[in-house]
Amino acid sequence: MSSEKNNLKNSSYTDSSYETIIGLETHVELATNTKMFCGCALSFGAEPNSKTCPVCLGMPGTLPVINKRAVEFAVKIAIALHCKINSYSIFHRKNYFYPDMPKNYQISQYDYPLGSSGYLDVNMGDYTRRIGITRVHMEEDTGKLIHTGSSGRISESDSSIVDFNRAGTPLIEIVTEPDIKSPAEAKEYLVALRTLLLYLDVSDCSMEQGSLRCDANISIKKAGSQGMGVKTEIKNLNSFRFLQRGLEYEEQRQAALIENGEKVMQQTRHYDHITDSTKALRSKEEAHDYRYFPDPDLVPVFMDDDMVEGIKSSIPELPSAKIERYKSGFGLPEADSRFLASDKNTAAYFESCAALCKKDRLKSVSNWIIGDFTALLNKASISISSAKIKPSGLCSLIDMIESGKISIRSAKSVFEEMFNSGKEPQEIVKGKDMEQISDGSVLEKIIDDVINKNPSVVEQYKSGKEKAIGFLIGQVMAATKGKANPALVNEILIKRLKLNP
Amino acid sequence: MKIISGQEVRHIAKLAELDFSEEELSKITSQLDDILEHVAIITRADTSGAEPTSHTLKISNVFREDKVRQSLAKEDALKNAPERCGDGFLVPKID
Amino acid sequence: MRLNFLPAYELKNMLQKREISSEDIASQCLKATERLQGKLNAYIYFDKEHMLSQARAADAYLKEICGSFNKKDGKYFDFTGIPVAVKDNICTKDIKTTCASKILSDYVPVYDATVIQRLKSQKYVLSGKLNMDEFAMGSSNENSAFGPVKNPWDTERVPGGSSGGPAAAVAAGLVPCSLGSDTGGSIRQPASLCGVVGLKPTYGLVSRYGLVAFASSLDQIGPITRNVTDSANLLSAICGWDEYDSTSINGGLHDYCQFLYDNIKGLKIGVPQELMSGGVDAAIKESVNGVLKLAESMGAVVEMTSLPSFEYALSVYYIIAPSEASSNLSRFDGVRYGYRNRDATSLRSMYRSTRAEGFGPEVKRRIMIGTYCLSSGYYDAYYEKAQRVRTLIINDFKKAFGKYDVLISPSSPTTAFKIGEKSDDPLSMYMSDICTIPVNLAGLPAISIPSGLSENNLPIGVQIIADTLREDLIFKTAYSLEKAINFNKLPVHLYEQ
Ligand SMILES: [Mg+2]
Ligand SMILES: [Zn+2]
Repeated sequence: MSSEKNNLKNSSYTDSSYETIIGLETHVELATNTKMFCGCALSFGAEPNSKTCPVCLGMPGTLPVINKRAVEFAVKIAIALHCKINSYSIFHRKNYFYPDMPKNYQISQYDYPLGSSGYLDVNMGDYTRRIGITRVHMEEDTGKLIHTGSSGRISESDSSIVDFNRAGTPLIEIVTEPDIKSPAEAKEYLVALRTLLLYLDVSDCSMEQGSLRCDANISIKKAGSQGMGVKTEIKNLNSFRFLQRGLEYEEQRQAALIENGEKVMQQTRHYDHITDSTKALRSKEEAHDYRYFPDPDLVPVFMDDDMVEGIKSSIPELPSAKIERYKSGFGLPEADSRFLASDKNTAAYFESCAALCKKDRLKSVSNWIIGDFTALLNKASISISSAKIKPSGLCSLIDMIESGKISIRSAKSVFEEMFNSGKEPQEIVKGKDMEQISDGSVLEKIIDDVINKNPSVVEQYKSGKEKAIGFLIGQVMAATKGKANPALVNEILIKRLKLNP
Repeated sequence: MKIISGQEVRHIAKLAELDFSEEELSKITSQLDDILEHVAIITRADTSGAEPTSHTLKISNVFREDKVRQSLAKEDALKNAPERCGDGFLVPKID
Repeated sequence: MRLNFLPAYELKNMLQKREISSEDIASQCLKATERLQGKLNAYIYFDKEHMLSQARAADAYLKEICGSFNKKDGKYFDFTGIPVAVKDNICTKDIKTTCASKILSDYVPVYDATVIQRLKSQKYVLSGKLNMDEFAMGSSNENSAFGPVKNPWDTERVPGGSSGGPAAAVAAGLVPCSLGSDTGGSIRQPASLCGVVGLKPTYGLVSRYGLVAFASSLDQIGPITRNVTDSANLLSAICGWDEYDSTSINGGLHDYCQFLYDNIKGLKIGVPQELMSGGVDAAIKESVNGVLKLAESMGAVVEMTSLPSFEYALSVYYIIAPSEASSNLSRFDGVRYGYRNRDATSLRSMYRSTRAEGFGPEVKRRIMIGTYCLSSGYYDAYYEKAQRVRTLIINDFKKAFGKYDVLISPSSPTTAFKIGEKSDDPLSMYMSDICTIPVNLAGLPAISIPSGLSENNLPIGVQIIADTLREDLIFKTAYSLEKAINFNKLPVHLYEQ
């Protein structure tokens, strides 16, 4: 490993000397109540083998029956990815022996998948990449293996333990065309896909718990050269960061081989995030021969237009449409719109505010959400949907700022307290004596006092140094502990200075 | 004429996860060859325009509602396990 | 009075009139079984106490409802207190289900097959689990890890297969009726060789849930009985839609008794010439012709016809069935249940030795054929081509049923052959099913009823085939012909020695 890694340091891969081609295969565990082909509840972290039945244990004589909701979820995903929903789709058996597979075949789809030929547009800041979706198909998940021994690795254990709780969980496999041109694009694709899936409410998309998993195919070739490079398949790219890092490593590795006049081998490699490198899986001599054939235990699924329309109508407004609406309808900048739409809950929050606020305050709402609010949410690592600040509270706070009731500076601390306590801004302001002083007669007295105490600064101002007024404003603010309405202070000061001989 | 070679039979045995002794292997190779030779008559059938039948039934869209059913008691799930470890099925070193 | 030789429908009447008890029936069946098990080896499992306790429970129930008819449908259930024996590839909760294989020799299902649940709801009496060819692969019952079953008519001979146990047990009077399974003739061929009635229902009419799969697109559970009436009653008890089987038919008829009437006037009968050709014993053809004459004398119209694609049926079957089987049987790997080689130190060697030791030669042969036919490079030439030819066979049937109400043929090309006669020649063994296989490929219903005895006192069977879900025509024809043939013979000599 280490020698390979050192090699990479000398590699001459740069963005311009090679072209990278990446295709991704993503598996999504659906958040249905029950498994794909039996009535067992889905569970994460239940006692081993406590969520199993004769069907998902592959006991002799048992038969699969398709979960209707899983099919509906799959159609939703396919529609959201602009796929053609195939009116006829069937299930195949993919045959291979592995102990996490109860039947030693996986029920999956092969040449008649549910959806095909779609795309997902991925925003890369200064350009948008349209990534083709080859297919969206349904299948069942495997069980889990626990390898004995302290390292938890297969190679160092002398036995493994199988837990079939996960076996039979509905899975959707989403395969892209080789349209992805860089590891960064791959990462953004997965971010966009996850956002979409969360909008559709079909999966919890937890990469940590394995409900969203990603494998990649990657090849590189000299820029401008004909044909395709030899591709490797990279497994275990199960976080956004690992996906990008693993692919970057692999780009470098392949380039180093080519530079040294060696050949890239077509192989499956495993990404290890600890060493941040990929390693070839022990290449087994037997090439896989899955012996796909139509599962005789299941009958075809026919999707007619009515069924597709029915499911379509249950799909909420998706991020791309929201971004457009925020821009054209609310007049928000592109960047704000993208940020707000990038998370279903954030968008919902923003839209609740929009319903309560005047349109000319929406930019202000957006600023608060993108700025202070997000910072506090991240610090507390909670979602906006569980925040104590309600949209009405944020709107009231903005009202108070706009009407001059409180200063921006105190608003920030009010906001923080709202975030921590969930109190209404009015309540906080009252209790803390934070209300902005916008009463002219009160301010006049303080201003006169400041003018009297700083004759030299007043002189400077009068002799044409207009900037000197800043110091005087600062003095007024200090005297009011920041509560003075700055605009009003400015106005009165100028008036007073002009009056003063 | 041989339709299937000993080497192919070995490959198939691997896919099917079956061990055969050398003696068994040569016997089954010749039996498979006989059978495959016999079934080869289907190549004579004119199937132009005949779709493959994987189902004699003309039914489709058989679904189950997404309602939870009682799972097995853990002990029943593991009842027939040849070897278990805790609440899991134990398998030897994966190679 | 030997209760074990009486038809189930008569036993039911006697139970209803309280002339006998279920315990009486069970005791006599047990006595016969204890006497003949050594000779016939029909059962893999039977438990005297268990059977008697079920019978007593049925008697208590009968006593409880005495006088008052069953509230639900105004009659006694057909199988309350009646012993039924079950082929050992149908799962019975808490009772070993071995498929006659070493790999499942200690397997105890944690659930009941749907057919078992339905019989249990009638308070039937399970007499035990019956011997068979391993995983239902065979035509002679010699492929059993528990030894071959003997034909009650001649214990030197095979009972046919794969439901050899179910056919032999019923023929020998060990039990009035049984459940078998039919993938390429596994109910009809042994029924024919043992002189009893075997029905293979329309694919999807009886739930396959709990039937250990051999070839999923062909398998069907059906009754083996000594008469057509019991066959109709037993089918009525087990058929119908099942939410656990996606390939079960929603709808269909549930009381086949209503079709048991003696009238086939005007019935149009086709006789496929391909099933009356050189491969069929002369005595059998003669017997079938005799039945056809009877039918004509009763007013039926008989015509020879041709279903040319039958030529390919055996080949299609020996591609499709092993292919499906190779996949279905891959779950037997020593991980979750069943036999396991405990000496193996790695997973792959455990798989390979477990399966090599757990499966018998015929099962391994078929797994190999099927794996080959599905493997890359061969799929199109074998599996897919076979599926296309299957369509031709279905089309031939469709054409024939445009013209005829039923088709009649022999059930088996030969009478019972000697044990060992074909066991080393798989291909000639496969030929035993040439008359029955086309029916499975098309998913049709068919019945075998006894048509007589050969010169050397071996039963001959005649097969009646009808179109999809036309069990009504099957029962009407079979019932009429059964009466006319009046076979009426039992291998009672077994009890004389
Ligand atoms: Mg997959
Ligand atoms: Zn389950």
